[in-house]
Amino acid sequence: MIIEVENLKKSFGELNVLNGITTGINKGERIAVIGPSGSGKSTFLRCINRMEEPTSGVIKFNGEDITSESCDINLIRRRVGMVFQHFYLFPHLTVRQNITLAPVQLNIMNQKEADEKAKYLLNRVGLADKLNEWPDKLSGGQKQRVAIARAMAMNPEVLLFDEPTSALDPEMIGEVLDVMKELADSGMTMYLVTHEMGFAKEVADRILFIDHGIISEEGTPSEVFDNPKQPRTIEFLSKVLRR
Amino acid sequence: MTMNNKTRGDYFLGLCLIILIFLLYRSGFFTVEAWQNFVDHFYQNFIEKDRYMMLVKGLRSTIFMTLFATLIGVAVGIILSVIRVAHAGGIHIPVLNALADCYIAVLRGTPAMVQLLIWNFTIFASARDLNKMYIAILAFGLNSGAYVAEIFRGGIEAIDRGQMEAARSLGLSYGKSMRLVILPQAIRNVVPMLFNEFIVLLKETSVAGYIGIDDLTRAGQNIQALTMEHSQPLIMVAIIYLLIVMFLSYLVRRLEKYLSRSRRG
Ligand SMILES: Nc1ncnc2c1ncn2[C@@H]1O[C@H](COP(=O)(O)OP(=O)(O)OP(=O)(O)O)[C@@H](O)[C@H]1O
Ligand SMILES: [Mg+2]
Repeated sequence: MIIEVENLKKSFGELNVLNGITTGINKGERIAVIGPSGSGKSTFLRCINRMEEPTSGVIKFNGEDITSESCDINLIRRRVGMVFQHFYLFPHLTVRQNITLAPVQLNIMNQKEADEKAKYLLNRVGLADKLNEWPDKLSGGQKQRVAIARAMAMNPEVLLFDEPTSALDPEMIGEVLDVMKELADSGMTMYLVTHEMGFAKEVADRILFIDHGIISEEGTPSEVFDNPKQPRTIEFLSKVLRR
Repeated sequence: MTMNNKTRGDYFLGLCLIILIFLLYRSGFFTVEAWQNFVDHFYQNFIEKDRYMMLVKGLRSTIFMTLFATLIGVAVGIILSVIRVAHAGGIHIPVLNALADCYIAVLRGTPAMVQLLIWNFTIFASARDLNKMYIAILAFGLNSGAYVAEIFRGGIEAIDRGQMEAARSLGLSYGKSMRLVILPQAIRNVVPMLFNEFIVLLKETSVAGYIGIDDLTRAGQNIQALTMEHSQPLIMVAIIYLLIVMFLSYLVRRLEKYLSRSRRG
């Protein structure tokens, strides 16, 4: 397993958001995380690269406990990419610079290698012509594709997606999902928090249904979507699938 | 909004003109013999023995002092603001943060002129050979830093938290994220306010004469002492300050417009 999570708990003050999550992801596996708003999906994802500090529990990356004092989280984050709902491209940098900033600054590549990588990745996400464009000249869908390329530039072993299409206009969702599908097909290990049930069903190997900070149901897409067992899952799915 | 700004600008110019006319009137510009008198005085004050050069040199000192004080202010301000923001953002630097708070409280809580006098007559009292200009630049620069720190803090806090998270998620350290991602955006946001700080300092340095620097204001006084003429030199000094400030304010407005047109990612 690339990532193992054991009894992960997270509270914000009085609010217990994660109440003991135990799960993991294998190399090449694609896991979709679904659940009601406020159930702790983002918090779960953000604990995995310690954007949020877990309150208790263990998270292991390739066997190393990343919650321990001795772990250099910056080294872990190089291997665990993250794609945000609101893209967060760096507006003062061009598309190329957005992609090459981290690999060059962290001495993983020199600028020339990173530029090549940027070209390759932009080609892959269908934005080869945007190499020297400024982020504010891009549409939402284009921004998100650049953000994915930026995360990919670090050659991560896992990608964490937190509702990557939720902030997009409907006509732009498809182009981003296509890119993610291509990544999935290429064998990328992915955690995907999403409200796109159709996409989750199509791409994911496993579905986690998180409710009130615990995984209340888990299984293959057909198990969870077609034969949900928990009443909460049934209720949730009936709500979102009716739309 | 633009319309409003424009009318405000017109009122402002009108007001300037009225003040100018009033000042000219006070220096006796509008009667025939007064006019002759004025011309004579003008000759004495500014032309004779190239006295206008005193003003030119004074202006040069004022601008030099202001420029370097602003640079020190910006450098100090960035450091102070980053300390405070980092502390608030969970980086463990309680001692540095307390020092920064203390610095800001003291330098903002006392008059710049008192600080200038303390630097000159207390801290550097024994440094007789030290160029007064350096003392003034230091005093005004460190004072300005306390204000610029607040400007930058606002500028940094205005940046979406997601920018820092995106940078950190790539494995960049807090320091690198701050330097490469947050500060460039924050600086860009506060450039107009830094120009304003320059304008404030330009006027603030007019007390530098108290430690013996022949800045623009002091140059006016020096001419006064030589020619025994009380109005013209200081009014000329005021006009020079006003023209510079108006020109810089105009630039700031242009800059703000330019920046607001090309923003956001
Ligand atoms: N930094 C924070 N401080 C305090 N409370 C927080 C913080 N982050 C999240 N929460 C709270 O934790 C709960 C879970 O949030 P989380 O973002 O993980 O939910 P989610 O499942 O991702 O929901 P959504 O589908 O709306 O994105 C919410 O009640 C939220 O208000
Ligand atoms: Mg969320």
